[in-house]
Amino acid sequence: MIQIINTGVANIRSLQAAFDRLEQAWELTEDADKIADASHVVLPGVGAFAAAADSLDRLKIRESITDRINQPDRPTLCICLGMQLLCESSEEAESSKGLGILPFRIKRFSADVKVPQLGWNEVRPLVGSEAGEIENTPYTTGEAYFANSFRLEDKPENWGVAETVYGGKFFSSIWRGRTLACQFHPELSGQWGQQVLKNWIGGTSC
Amino acid sequence: MGPAGFKELDRRHIMLKSRIIPCLDVNNGRVVKGVKFQNLRDAGDPVELSFHYEDQGADELVLLDVTATRQERIAMLETVEKVRQKLGIPLTVGGGIGSIEDAGRLLNAGADKVSINSAAVRNPDLIQAMAERFGAQCTVVAIDAKMTDGVFQVLTRSGTTAESLDAVQWSARAEQLGAGEILLTSFDRDGTRSGYDLPMLDAVTSACGLPVIASGGADSVEHMVEAFEHGAHAVLAASIFHDGNMTVAEVKQALTKHGINVRA
Repeated sequence: MIQIINTGVANIRSLQAAFDRLEQAWELTEDADKIADASHVVLPGVGAFAAAADSLDRLKIRESITDRINQPDRPTLCICLGMQLLCESSEEAESSKGLGILPFRIKRFSADVKVPQLGWNEVRPLVGSEAGEIENTPYTTGEAYFANSFRLEDKPENWGVAETVYGGKFFSSIWRGRTLACQFHPELSGQWGQQVLKNWIGGTSC
Repeated sequence: MGPAGFKELDRRHIMLKSRIIPCLDVNNGRVVKGVKFQNLRDAGDPVELSFHYEDQGADELVLLDVTATRQERIAMLETVEKVRQKLGIPLTVGGGIGSIEDAGRLLNAGADKVSINSAAVRNPDLIQAMAERFGAQCTVVAIDAKMTDGVFQVLTRSGTTAESLDAVQWSARAEQLGAGEILLTSFDRDGTRSGYDLPMLDAVTSACGLPVIASGGADSVEHMVEAFEHGAHAVLAASIFHDGNMTVAEVKQALTKHGINVRA
């Protein structure tokens, strides 16, 4: 059973429908024990960084999420704002704290591009000598649907990464063990996005 | 004019794919404005048609609620739920949305974006309220306009009421209030098959920094090329696809030959 964390700020119908199409059972949860024990957990997010950070506190689930992600074999998927929450902080909300798994600050897109980034853009996993230590990629290069004003600019050590170009390069997805984080919305990214979800569920890498 | 002819303003989004968005008019759970596909079991079923367009390569889908009664509005929520179950691309729903509660119900039913029109003109604060509650990325402001005495005049209530409001200024105001996208329909061009209203597109994309979806008047790939060259991020089209003359895939292949960057 896939546990989808209900941070209360995300519109998650599209995600639920995508899991239904893959014939995967899912449940909404606010429960720290379920997050710790479940085979698969999703941290979704559309909405504001501050509100999502507040709900992590209110539900007392920071530790159970962080513990999963720090283990190599616990399938955990972080989408959009969910990916940003892996960092320490964001320019979006100066006083709010993310999970701090990555020692970075999420930045706003530069002023020379339209914000939000709204639409389809290419996602290119780094492979070979570009990739460093992480050789497997969770999906092949594809086009994904984005709806974001903030982004990860710093490259995390010991994580695989995918790049996207919008007002310069940024990291549109990162992965380590069975954790996958995507700035884009796989659930809205057509057949390619559906394959990203399927690979994450089954532990398939390319 | 090839890609080199893009206006300077639009280099800022050129790395994003230019989007093709079929639009379905829905009344009481059925698609109206005849759709003439050969291979459909039921050409009036919004679920089947939506999936068909996704399969052809549509980048997004718009469902426009053209119903008049409250009872039919409830049917629209069921339609949105059913379409959502099948659809793996973004879904925008518009038509008759009067309040933040209406918008919330559609988002809960599975819409990714909600477009507001007459209600936003009556009460501009609704734009801000929606953006704060649901985010700019789901707040679309639909503007219907026609040229009147040298001004692009805003029309509401499905084009029946002329407002003393300039569409260009209104688009800039919508951006200030927190909208994420503009759906711009030309009433002069709608149904004429003579191409999008390029002067209106120029004026709005110059005044407003938001992504603009061009709507009204498309009958060919060339019309779409023109719209993208004049600053549109996306084009909405109904009859060109519903008539079955061209599939979304064929349109995208032709656009690629014209140097437009579309999703494969």
